[in-house]
Amino acid sequence: MTRRERAVDILVVGAGPAGLAAAAGLAAAGPLHIEVLEREQTAGGIPRHCAHGGFGTRETGDLSGPAYALHCAAEARRAGATLRTGLTVTGWAGPRTLDATGPGGLERITARAVVLATGARERPRAARLVPGTRPAGVYTTGELQQAVHLHHQHIGTRAVVIGDEPVSDAAADTLRTAGVHLVARVTTHPPRPLAAVRRGGGAPLLTRTTVTALTGRPRLTGVRVRHEDGRTATLACDTVVFTADWIPDHELARRGGLPMDPGTRGPAHDPAYRTGQPGVFAVGSLLHGGEGAGTAAREGRAVTAPVLRHLATGAWPVSGPPLTVEEPLEWTAPNLAGPGGTRLLLRTARRLTAPLLVARQDGAVLHRHRVVRTVPPGSAFPLAADWLERADPRGGAVRLTIGG
Amino acid sequence: MTPTVTRAGQPLPGGPPYDVTVIGAGVVGTAIARELARHPLRTALVEATDDIANGTSKANTAILHTGFDAVPGTLEARLVREGQRLLAAHAGRTGIPVERVGALLIAWDQEQLDALPGLLAKAERNGYHAARLLDAEETAAREPHIGPGALGALEIPDEAVICPWTTPLSYATQAVRAGVHLHLDCPVQDLAYADGLHTLTTGRGTLRTGLLINAAGLYADAIDRLLGHDTFTVRPRRGQLIVFDKLARDLVGHILLPVPTAAGKGVLVAPTVFGNVLLGPTAEDLDDKTATESTAEGLALLREKGRRILPRLLDEEVTAVYAGLRAATGQEDYRITARPEQRSITVGGIRSTGLTASMAIAEYVVSLLPGTGLDPGEPTELAPLTMPGLGEGADRPYLDAGLIARDPAYGTLVCHCERVTEGEIRDALTSTLPPRSAEGLARRTRAGNGRCQGFHCGAAIRARIEGARS
Ligand SMILES: Cc1cc2nc3c(=O)[nH]c(=O)nc-3n(C[C@H](O)[C@H](O)[C@H](O)COP(=O)(O)OP(=O)(O)OC[C@H]3O[C@@H](n4cnc5c(N)ncnc54)[C@H](O)[C@@H]3O)c2cc1C
Ligand SMILES: Cc1cc2nc3c(=O)[nH]c(=O)nc-3n(C[C@H](O)[C@H](O)[C@H](O)COP(=O)(O)OP(=O)(O)OC[C@H]3O[C@@H](n4cnc5c(N)ncnc54)[C@H](O)[C@@H]3O)c2cc1C
Repeated sequence: MTRRERAVDILVVGAGPAGLAAAAGLAAAGPLHIEVLEREQTAGGIPRHCAHGGFGTRETGDLSGPAYALHCAAEARRAGATLRTGLTVTGWAGPRTLDATGPGGLERITARAVVLATGARERPRAARLVPGTRPAGVYTTGELQQAVHLHHQHIGTRAVVIGDEPVSDAAADTLRTAGVHLVARVTTHPPRPLAAVRRGGGAPLLTRTTVTALTGRPRLTGVRVRHEDGRTATLACDTVVFTADWIPDHELARRGGLPMDPGTRGPAHDPAYRTGQPGVFAVGSLLHGGEGAGTAAREGRAVTAPVLRHLATGAWPVSGPPLTVEEPLEWTAPNLAGPGGTRLLLRTARRLTAPLLVARQDGAVLHRHRVVRTVPPGSAFPLAADWLERADPRGGAVRLTIGG
Repeated sequence: MTPTVTRAGQPLPGGPPYDVTVIGAGVVGTAIARELARHPLRTALVEATDDIANGTSKANTAILHTGFDAVPGTLEARLVREGQRLLAAHAGRTGIPVERVGALLIAWDQEQLDALPGLLAKAERNGYHAARLLDAEETAAREPHIGPGALGALEIPDEAVICPWTTPLSYATQAVRAGVHLHLDCPVQDLAYADGLHTLTTGRGTLRTGLLINAAGLYADAIDRLLGHDTFTVRPRRGQLIVFDKLARDLVGHILLPVPTAAGKGVLVAPTVFGNVLLGPTAEDLDDKTATESTAEGLALLREKGRRILPRLLDEEVTAVYAGLRAATGQEDYRITARPEQRSITVGGIRSTGLTASMAIAEYVVSLLPGTGLDPGEPTELAPLTMPGLGEGADRPYLDAGLIARDPAYGTLVCHCERVTEGEIRDALTSTLPPRSAEGLARRTRAGNGRCQGFHCGAAIRARIEGARS
């Protein structure tokens, strides 16, 4: 096997908003050789097929996803980073050495620092263990958007959307664009307080409802559902979209032996985006699933200083103790204590009204904070993290709980 | 010779009757067609669906059995033993992935532990002499991640896992290239026999043949009834399976079998040649031959069993769930019957070992030909065949620098999770038996079969299939 061996200063894996922001920031900082590897033919990550507005920065104003993808790639290039698309990172040959495959052959690239920005995906039907037949017409939002916006494929006539998160709205919009009638949306969550003013395009939102089976072959004919109170129904449709329920694309992180966080299922990391592997940083959806592109880009920008510091000093401070959560909290990112953090992202499994967050280490209260609003399940809420500095780096886990 | 493969919308070829027609292009029917292809016969293979191996053969546990636990003295025991050798050799020649991972039959309580010596003796009676007993300590050393409480195991070092998809595809490809006519989308609806000739009424017109071989799997009883025989009934026994992510592969080294009970072979945990881990199958006796859906109860049962066998497996992501139907007939053996007076052979009741036994079943069936009055003539060698390397045990195309240098399409990944390249997809779409659907392409290349189930590549793959069709 012949591999072309090379060395760069910084290797970024994944050219989504997070990886591109990291590359742009790092390239702007000085004469470093920064390379971004992207397995798709075009850079930009998920926004490439989010054909609607809501993206962009204060400078750009509101952009569509594809325009934002172009913008992010252009920024990184303009700053001096090398973007290489159609190249897949397939594994590790050393602690900061990665193997890649592209039409030009096999490469082995060693870097002084590696930034993983491989993103996340929605759990597909099988991973959610939804029983039934295996018909055609079953999508995730990612596949649906690509089918409609990149490939202009025929979808179906009547659809059900599973999920009630921002990406579920995007799925519903995409279906409407494709001329598919939206039959219903289904969520296990209780109704939202202001349901009357929420979006949804007229299709009923079935709350407290679980999908129990898919029927039909070779094409989907229906989605069976069960309400919490025991009522069941079959929603007749030929298309179903499973939305949200994120899982980080963590294969590379795990193959590299990076310690993982059990809550996010992304690499464990501290406020400086350091993973358990010296010289390897991680940013974006890989850390916490599908938060907005703005969050991913923000993390990409925020990793610049820690990476530069690491290149300058070679230091890799031992990470602090883990940050753990208790129900109904599902995860926190970062999930290792350490200095330099500005905020934590927290996710809850159910709606919380003005929750009181308490952080304790070895029984002692480190921080208390009441969030003066209602936080929904399904998208993370931020918490200022300056208090993390007070955690004893050699102490036990820092536990985050709600109330008392 | 241009291969003859016909599909929906195309006429069936005219001309003289076929010498032999095989109904059913599962792993058994394609193996028989391949064996017949070695002889100077006009042979047809007729399949109801749009692809080969679209029935039970696409949805099994993919184990190449030694037959150590078969009922000694049965035809099945003999054909599994012979078939294992034949298929292992065929796989070696064609590049079908096989991994000899070995099996451990694990005893979880005293009763099961006490049963192991008897199973060892049974293996010996089946002509299998490499099995041996392991104590609790050796068992745990072999499988560091199994759950607590394993008291011992019977080791069967030659049990292997194989690719269930390229096996029948290799048979069908060799058969078709050697001149067998394959008629897809061609359900046999009626049969008539007169003057030594069968007339088959199919969804695409009529076909005439001298000898008829019924290899219709779950519907072998229905075809037999069309021939006027009511000797057995196929009752589907459903097996649901869960495929776990490749990141779970390091948790398990062997095929982990339960000690068999009256209720069947039980739920196993096994690696696949693709680098995943399988958990299953269930065993549910049903009446509906199309009931390949999974159920909440079935999946819950599998998870409960799996948690005991390999607790950490349950923390890993699930890649796929599927179900297959075994052709149970109420008899613990195959039902292979030749009827010389009616020039037909029924190959029925090929239950839970048909993949392993397929080549031996084919040899056995062809050995019955002279008894039906058909002299098959001298066998010849088939042209060699190389199958796409789908297994993780060998370097796949995306890791082959020489191949990529010759053709950069092998350096462009389309399906990221399974690392399937543009070159492989193109090859499948232009092969002797091109797929018509995303599932057919997945069985030939693994494209779309990975953990994201199409999130990243589904639309791109469909575009390529549609492009190839138009
Ligand atoms: C369907 C969908 C709709 C969304 N809609 C919106 C929205 O409307 N507004 C919004 O703000 N946010 C939206 N989001 C969330 C937003 O897309 C993410 O926050 C953002 O894309 C995350 O950026 P990222 O760079 O972390 O990951 P991604 O954008 O996922 O980028 C990761 C990149 O890494 C590449 N990659 C992965 N592994 C490898 C490898 N081994 N080798 C090379 N390259 C690799 C991938 O190909 C990909 O391009 C949506 C997400 C999804 C899935
Ligand atoms: C859950 C499960 C696990 C298993 N595990 C293993 C294992 O680990 N190892 C092993 O060796 N075996 C295993 N098996 C058994 C193996 O899969 C079967 O024995 C084998 O696939 C049977 O092949 P077949 O060709 O007889 O049937 P099929 O694959 O069902 O083929 C029959 C074909 O006939 C066609 N047909 C039916 N009626 C008509 C008609 N009227 N006209 C035209 N065509 C028709 C069907 O469309 C079908 O394609 C397992 C089976 C199951 C269900």
